[in-house]
Amino acid sequence: MTAITQIRRNDQPIYLDYQATTPMDPRVLEAMMPYFTHKFGNSGSRSHAYGWEAEEGTEKARAQVAKLIGADEKEVIFTSGATESNNLAIRGVAEFYKDRKNHIITTVTEHKCVLDTCRHLEQQGFDVTYLPVRQDGLLDLDVLRAAITDKTVLVSVMAVNNEIGVIQPLAEIGKICRERKVFFHTDAAQAAGKIPLDVEALNIDLMSISGHKIYGPKGIGALYVRRKPRVRLVPMIVGGGQERGFRSGTLPTPLCVGLGEAAEICMKEMDDEAKRLKKLQDRMLNGLRAKLTDIVVNGDLEHRIPGNLNISFAYVEGESLMMGIKNLAVSSGSACTSASLEPSYVLRALGVEEEMAHTSLRIGLGRFTTEHEVDTAVDELVRHVNKLREMSPLWEMAQEGIDIKSIEWAAH
Amino acid sequence: MAYSEKLIDHYENPRNIGSFDKTAEDVGTGLVGAPACGDVMKLQIKVGPDGLIEDAKFKTFGCGSAIASSSLVTEWVKGKTIDEAETIKNTDIARHLALPPVKIHCSVLAEDAIKAAIADYRAKATRKAE
Repeated sequence: MTAITQIRRNDQPIYLDYQATTPMDPRVLEAMMPYFTHKFGNSGSRSHAYGWEAEEGTEKARAQVAKLIGADEKEVIFTSGATESNNLAIRGVAEFYKDRKNHIITTVTEHKCVLDTCRHLEQQGFDVTYLPVRQDGLLDLDVLRAAITDKTVLVSVMAVNNEIGVIQPLAEIGKICRERKVFFHTDAAQAAGKIPLDVEALNIDLMSISGHKIYGPKGIGALYVRRKPRVRLVPMIVGGGQERGFRSGTLPTPLCVGLGEAAEICMKEMDDEAKRLKKLQDRMLNGLRAKLTDIVVNGDLEHRIPGNLNISFAYVEGESLMMGIKNLAVSSGSACTSASLEPSYVLRALGVEEEMAHTSLRIGLGRFTTEHEVDTAVDELVRHVNKLREMSPLWEMAQEGIDIKSIEWAAH
Repeated sequence: MAYSEKLIDHYENPRNIGSFDKTAEDVGTGLVGAPACGDVMKLQIKVGPDGLIEDAKFKTFGCGSAIASSSLVTEWVKGKTIDEAETIKNTDIARHLALPPVKIHCSVLAEDAIKAAIADYRAKATRKAE
């Protein structure tokens, strides 16, 4: 592992929210810089050196992204990010093939941009099946098999979940889809660059990638679109016909270059980084378990990226815990941090009871997380969980042996 | 979310955390909210022979605003008669702590907790008189 450190001011909290976004790797920024200044050309300008230079940058980046996922560079389209990629993949396929097929399958734990795209298509008359997941967060393959009909055009299942980090059985899903002649799209925003992904081995037809989840810049992503057998899409943004006509608009050269560089670094360092993160994940979990009782990891721990932990600290409400651990930047599955009062739909889909969903935190570890930061985080969490349990009536009841479920609560 | 200094102070230095013996005759206990909704408050008052609330304690499972709201009301009820304590309004709590709109329900819950504690105390007193 190279000695690259995050640029962080001392007064900033420890960043443990790597599923929300990642800081840009300084090596990525370095690669991008010339394209903000003297290499400013439009990659579409074919008539002079400025354009050729910019095109060299974007095409190198395209190849770097393609290599990360075992694709051909002609199959990679630059977009503004994974949200756009997901929209384009799902809506693009649905609209192109709608005369023959009108059924889409996805899961209930997908990212909101996939779910909302599907809802939008439902309003336009498409049929969408939202498959449940098992208690461990993984899709049951028999449930998938049973859901596919001769009207199914697309199966969209995320590679890695953004809240609980579980890895779906992509190879098996890909095999089923190929056998049934259904396109397979995967939202790999949280997976690309973190776990090995090969579109050939996994039979993936469409894959969404995000720049800022892999230590690249925000505002850039990619969509892999298979050429053999060919996947057709209706574009959402039309104009100059860039990106094989799938996505018009002048390419943001510096961002493309940044995404490419980020992909290459991830590929080179993936094995070492995964091992290092696994150690940190173990250190975090073992540290917490040694000092706290009644903590539950949400989602399967085996089939999971090492950079994620989602933990319910029973009897302590998530937002109050976050208010206490001011020195840690984490996110909560509790509803109280958002305008809606519903706890995380992902945790609810796993069958996590609402009272436990309210006590969950998502802890994201990444490239710049250190052992010292993990130890500090464990100490802070233990201290505040204990403090809040001391003032929790539910903890008090549990200590007295009262079953909380035996009480008739007045829901409000 | 930006919280007021008063709210943060009550969250960081909560007043009157703890429990009284809920079977004691001079103690009224209110338990409101629900774990599934993400907040539960237990508020207890101890009423002296002169009819004044001489002490109050709370325990709360909930967000920072819920903790601060319950901490605040334990301070407010002390030294009041139960009739006076009953007049505490959620709007007063919300205003004092400058609760953001999505947190107004925390102050409502705190008002409910006082009312529930007073009702419990009165029920005990009535039983005793009979």
